[in-house]
Amino acid sequence: MARSSTAKDAQALIQSLRSAYAATPTNLKIIDLYIIFAVSTALIQVVYMALVGSFPFNSFLSGVLSCVGTAVLAVCLRIQVNKENKEFKDLPPERAFADFVLCNLVLHLVIMNFLG
Amino acid sequence: MAARGLRFLVLILSVASICDAATFNPISDSHRSAALELFTPTDGSLKSLEETFEALRTFEVLGIDKKSKIKGYTCRTVVDTLWSPSSALKDLFQALRVNGVLKCELNDEVFAGIASRLKDNVKDANSLLDLHYSIGSLKLIKSQTAEVDVHLEDADGIFRAIKALSQSDGRWRFSSNNPESSTYAAGIALETLAGVVALASHDIDQSLMDTLKQDILKLFDGIERYDDGSCYFDEKLVDAQGNWGPVSASSSIVRGLTSFATSTPESLNLPGDRILCLAKFFLGIGVPGNFKDLYHQIDALASLENNRISIPLILSLPSSVLSVTRKDQLKVRVNTVLGSAVPPLSVKLMQIFTSGSKDASIIDQELKFDPETKLHVLDALPENVDVGKYIFTFEILLHDPEHKKIYATGGRTKVPVYVTGVVNIDQAEIAILDSDLGNVETKKRLDLTGENTIALSANHLQKLRLTFQLTTPFGRAFKPHQAFLRLRHENGVEHIFLVRSSGKNFEITLDFLGLVEKFFYLSGRYDIQLTVGDSVMENSFLQPLGYLDLDLPDAPEKAARPPPQPVDSSSKYGPRAEITHIFRSPDKRPPTELSFAFLGLVLLPLGGFLIGLLLLRVNLRNFPSSTLPAFFAISFHIGIAAVLSLYVVFWLKLDLFTTLKALGILGISLIFTGHRTLSYLASTSAKLKSA
Repeated sequence: MARSSTAKDAQALIQSLRSAYAATPTNLKIIDLYIIFAVSTALIQVVYMALVGSFPFNSFLSGVLSCVGTAVLAVCLRIQVNKENKEFKDLPPERAFADFVLCNLVLHLVIMNFLG
Repeated sequence: MAARGLRFLVLILSVASICDAATFNPISDSHRSAALELFTPTDGSLKSLEETFEALRTFEVLGIDKKSKIKGYTCRTVVDTLWSPSSALKDLFQALRVNGVLKCELNDEVFAGIASRLKDNVKDANSLLDLHYSIGSLKLIKSQTAEVDVHLEDADGIFRAIKALSQSDGRWRFSSNNPESSTYAAGIALETLAGVVALASHDIDQSLMDTLKQDILKLFDGIERYDDGSCYFDEKLVDAQGNWGPVSASSSIVRGLTSFATSTPESLNLPGDRILCLAKFFLGIGVPGNFKDLYHQIDALASLENNRISIPLILSLPSSVLSVTRKDQLKVRVNTVLGSAVPPLSVKLMQIFTSGSKDASIIDQELKFDPETKLHVLDALPENVDVGKYIFTFEILLHDPEHKKIYATGGRTKVPVYVTGVVNIDQAEIAILDSDLGNVETKKRLDLTGENTIALSANHLQKLRLTFQLTTPFGRAFKPHQAFLRLRHENGVEHIFLVRSSGKNFEITLDFLGLVEKFFYLSGRYDIQLTVGDSVMENSFLQPLGYLDLDLPDAPEKAARPPPQPVDSSSKYGPRAEITHIFRSPDKRPPTELSFAFLGLVLLPLGGFLIGLLLLRVNLRNFPSSTLPAFFAISFHIGIAAVLSLYVVFWLKLDLFTTLKALGILGISLIFTGHRTLSYLASTSAKLKSA
């Protein structure tokens, strides 16, 4: 009885999450998708390293860091672009996007240098 | 200790007695070849007339003919010097000397002109050298031409002027201004005085001659002697001409003395042995290394060869080593100093001294003269002459009693002679003995004339004994200069022991109990080597006998370490062994298929992202449509793509600095276009909001 109720509660929770998520604006959904892409790429790299060993460790680090770094920058972008966030009301989203692009370029320069 | 000291003293005394004996050889081909080497003109002409004369005189005495080579230009110089009215006295003298040897073409006119100049100079001269050159030149002119009158009017006055420069010890000063006296000057003075006597128009005052003879005797009081019977005049003062040393001083005296003796019929009352000891000095210096000394030596010997005082006769041995095995005969030669023939004489062997002892055996045997080889030969050595070192005493006897006044034989001449032979070695045995009782453990015979390889073993409680006998060809006991036994360990440490003798028997006993410390407690294999040698032993040997395995107790803590052996230089400085480096093995790389699989796997999320974008129905509605903003937007995207491709190229090929430079350029354009695009988009959205 309790099990089925918790299952039902879980299902209900998921449903409500889904419907709430459907209401988010498209550009935020794009950013979320990008974050998911970056994190999954990082996970695949970690699994590979776990399989074959960390011989060129700097390459592993640079690969993982590139994914994680770009994910972090995308999160920052999402925070700044989200209209419901009162803190960044006065910040134009184009400016946030410009910061995102610039930071990504610098991050990837460092990554390429460290890749070896 | 006292006995050892006494033995040492006896040794020194016996060595001192040997010092009297020396061999003097007359002039030989080694002098001729040295003369040719030293006097070779370097650039076609020698430096000065003086040196040319010295070279010519040396060649003339030694019988080498080099005149034709240098005659041409030398005669030109001579003629120029003699004709020139402003030539110095010294140059005239040298030119005339050279002319005396080369006999250049000159007529009597030039001689007459010079002679009158010289006579004036003689009157005005105030230094010894000026007088020497003037009078010497006049004497040379007299010998080169009979037409010119060179007689001196005031010979007595000139004699007195020269005599005034003499000192009380027999030496002379160069001039009245110069207080220093030299032996070289004495020789020059004697030569000049001889010239005065020869050129005088009437006889010199007898009292002057007597005082001069006294001066000569006083000069000889200052003569220095060597132990081997030679004597010389030493000169410590270096004069202006650079003459210095015993060779030039003695040569100058000899020249002066002999020319003085030639110019006067009176005798000088000089003992003959003085001349002989001077001759021995000049022969004893061997072949000098510089041309001045060689000239002085040869000139002095040439003066002594035919001098009027006494002609020295030199006794020499062509070989002073006689071999008993080859049955060599004793051969003796008597010559003059330049190697010329002598009057009839005979040589007697008077005594034989054994080196190292005072005994002498009196022989008194005459040697037979062989007219073909011109050698005096002794048929057989006396019976008691065994292998060893001796001093033979000879005496020269002239057949004609008149010759005793002309020649100097020098009494008894002592010559060192070595008699060598084959020494017999026999009854050689090597044995290992027990320490206390002396019982023989192992005993082996050795054949020291052939090869031996003995293998012995001993421990520290035993003794090693080696015995052998040495006898001369005549059966007497022989004591060699060296008799050593050497034991050498495998690692190079070696020990040398003397083998002592009593009569004919030689024995050495090594008691290992006492030698354990000396051997540094090193056990192992020792190579045994015996050395027996002497200068008169024709079969000296250094022979390995075999080896000895020695067992010594272990070294205690405080024992001395054996000295370090010299490292073989080729092992220390030569190439070292090759080093094989061990490199870190490269890390395991995963198999390529796995890597490619994951490469594909990594690209999957990208594909997922693009599919998701499609599902979200992304569009490019906000893309600017009007030209300029569109251009900027496109340039912005192209700029980003360019930066990313720059990164790819950076990873593949470039270095950071080039990348940064390129990035700077791209970045500036990117910032510009980005700013334009985004500000256009911002203004567009603001317009929408407000609208």
